[in-house]
Amino acid sequence: MQEETVKNMILGEDDDYVVNMGPQHPSTHGVLRFEVSLYGETIRKVVPHCGYIHRGIEKMCERDTYPQIIHLTDRMDYLSAHMNNEAVCLCVEKALGVEIPERVTCIRTILDELNRIASHQLWWCAMGMDMGALTTFFYGLRDRERILDIFEESFGSRLLHSYNTPGGLMHDIHPGFRKRIVDFIRYFRKKLPEYDQLLTDNVIFRERTEGIGVLSLEDAIQYGVTGPSGRASGFSCDIRKIEPYGAYRKVSFHEVLRTEGDTLARYKVRIAEMYESMHILEQLVDQIPEGDYSAKMKAVIRVPAGEFFQRVETARGELGVYIVSDGNKTPYRIKFRTPNFSNLFVISKLAPGHKIADLVAISGSLDLVIPDIDR
Amino acid sequence: MAVNIYDFTELTRNIGSGLQRAMSPGWARATEYVIIGLAFLLFYAVTGLYIIYGERRICAFMQNRLGPNRVGPAGLFQTIADLIKLLTKELIPIRNADKLLFNVAPFIVIIASFMAIAAIPFARGLQALDFEIGIFYVIAVSSLGVVGILLAGWSSNSKYSLIGAMRSGAQIISYELSVGLSLLTIVVYSGTMQLSGIIESQANGWWIFKGHIPALVAFLVFLVASTAETNRGPFDLAEAESELTAGFHTEYSGIRFAFFFLAEYMNMFIVASIATTVFLGGWMPLHFGLNNTFNHVMDIIPPVVWYLIKTASVVFVMMWFKWTFPRLRIDQLLTLEWKYLLPINLVNIVVVAFLCLMGWHF
Repeated sequence: MQEETVKNMILGEDDDYVVNMGPQHPSTHGVLRFEVSLYGETIRKVVPHCGYIHRGIEKMCERDTYPQIIHLTDRMDYLSAHMNNEAVCLCVEKALGVEIPERVTCIRTILDELNRIASHQLWWCAMGMDMGALTTFFYGLRDRERILDIFEESFGSRLLHSYNTPGGLMHDIHPGFRKRIVDFIRYFRKKLPEYDQLLTDNVIFRERTEGIGVLSLEDAIQYGVTGPSGRASGFSCDIRKIEPYGAYRKVSFHEVLRTEGDTLARYKVRIAEMYESMHILEQLVDQIPEGDYSAKMKAVIRVPAGEFFQRVETARGELGVYIVSDGNKTPYRIKFRTPNFSNLFVISKLAPGHKIADLVAISGSLDLVIPDIDR
Repeated sequence: MAVNIYDFTELTRNIGSGLQRAMSPGWARATEYVIIGLAFLLFYAVTGLYIIYGERRICAFMQNRLGPNRVGPAGLFQTIADLIKLLTKELIPIRNADKLLFNVAPFIVIIASFMAIAAIPFARGLQALDFEIGIFYVIAVSSLGVVGILLAGWSSNSKYSLIGAMRSGAQIISYELSVGLSLLTIVVYSGTMQLSGIIESQANGWWIFKGHIPALVAFLVFLVASTAETNRGPFDLAEAESELTAGFHTEYSGIRFAFFFLAEYMNMFIVASIATTVFLGGWMPLHFGLNNTFNHVMDIIPPVVWYLIKTASVVFVMMWFKWTFPRLRIDQLLTLEWKYLLPINLVNIVVVAFLCLMGWHF
């Protein structure tokens, strides 16, 4: 009853208690600001304000050559750095019509999935923190460290990889790559059930997430909410299935779909995706073909004049890269369709009627990475 | 004068009479107060600092980390260094804050917990205030702290602080009922409100063992409700750092913040002490059966040590709560109290009254 009346109230009245959550706030995970109108503890209206970390990446790309652009894409969704790199590379390779060695596609897909697991682990840490369970943070980081070690060994950096180049990889993988991944899967298969024991099955956690912030399928499609957040509402939007790229054609995996659309569903989709990612890794890790780690590319890459589009599935949803080229070594215009931008604005639809603590839980379950929103 | 480490009655009486002989009654009394005050001040600061240190080590242990281990042996002086840092920090004046209330609030919080500690029996005869209505006094005094929290939230002139303070007001006043009622269960059993009397009534067994199921229920309810009353996680809604940055003490800095921080940990110690006193036999040693070697060995351990072990165990359980559970939402918090804990408590107290009336308890 109260929920309905609150929703029907005219927003922005004089007696609204307006609280700014952010830009400096522990639960926004970055410089994001929610302008929240409160009625007691109940939220009447949420207006997200972004742009605090806008760096003009799209404009900077017009100045840079294609291999240089890769390094900028790391800085968008830093937790899916490898997927971002791959999106640009795939788009350029498509435009040039280059044949990519099998080895490269296989390694790229393995890294995609490792990166997805690492990203979901960090999301799980932050989600627990948002709900007040501080211990989750250290459990998640403990396991994420293993993946970062694999990254570090093969390409020197842990977070911002820049390992892809148009046409292939920067250099070959480390000899211990395969063994490290096999070890990690064996380790993480044992540790992942701990996540459930600590948080998923906790009665307080259930109470706080079940039925909170329900996103309907219509809204998910209307707002363009993709990735695990969209799939929790039953929106089948996995690019790996719809438009398979890399080695996804060759592996079998399930697109995790749920229909509830609440915070718990979004949570469970991500946990299930970690299992799926491990399943994909298990299929690929023993079948890395021998061969070159890069196709033969010209020293200066000039994309033929025209418009090119490529989308990939990052850990947060659909990332689209749209390149307009006039035949030069730099793009004429480049546009990134980043998943977080669409995922963020649905919060003004989800939060009203809930308590202020739920806003934190909902924004946690949407898994926002702020630099990806602003670019 | 031989000091008996098992009974402090003689010691305190000797000190009292020694002072009486040395000076006029008025001065003797004043000196006694000063000694007791200084002793408690020292105890308060040291215990507070080491509970903070303990919490940091324990949560580190639960979270796969090491915790403070650099300052002094095993990091033992870390919290002292932190205290010095807080003491020397600038007190940031808040514009448009209610200056008087803003400055008074931390003192109210710390005085409330300081008053409660006076009634805690550490061993036989080692208790500053032994009222006949000891339980009543402790409940009354420990709920004074909420005034300080409300004032802190109100006077800060910050929206987060106000929300935190209002939450804390609703929370502490609600959980006060459960704390009081669960303690009353044992008052009905033991027939006295005097804290030393309650401990004496447990000479042949702690209430949690000999009080049938109702005592166990009361203990669990007390544990939950007192965790909520001390504003600790999973009930730390008044601070809720992921929602309200720091709740009621967002705007406080330096030593004023330290007061809130210290008071929080001392409140935890106080409720653990009360749980020990009322449910776990206070400073009584652990006994099994009537007359055997095990009991004699247990008797050798001094009562103060017994008291500290039991209190530390309860404090540990409360820390365990905090580092395992996610935080509740405010409506769930109030639902838990008014729809579950309070009815359970009321039924429990009727059952206990019935048990006592029929004479079925030990």
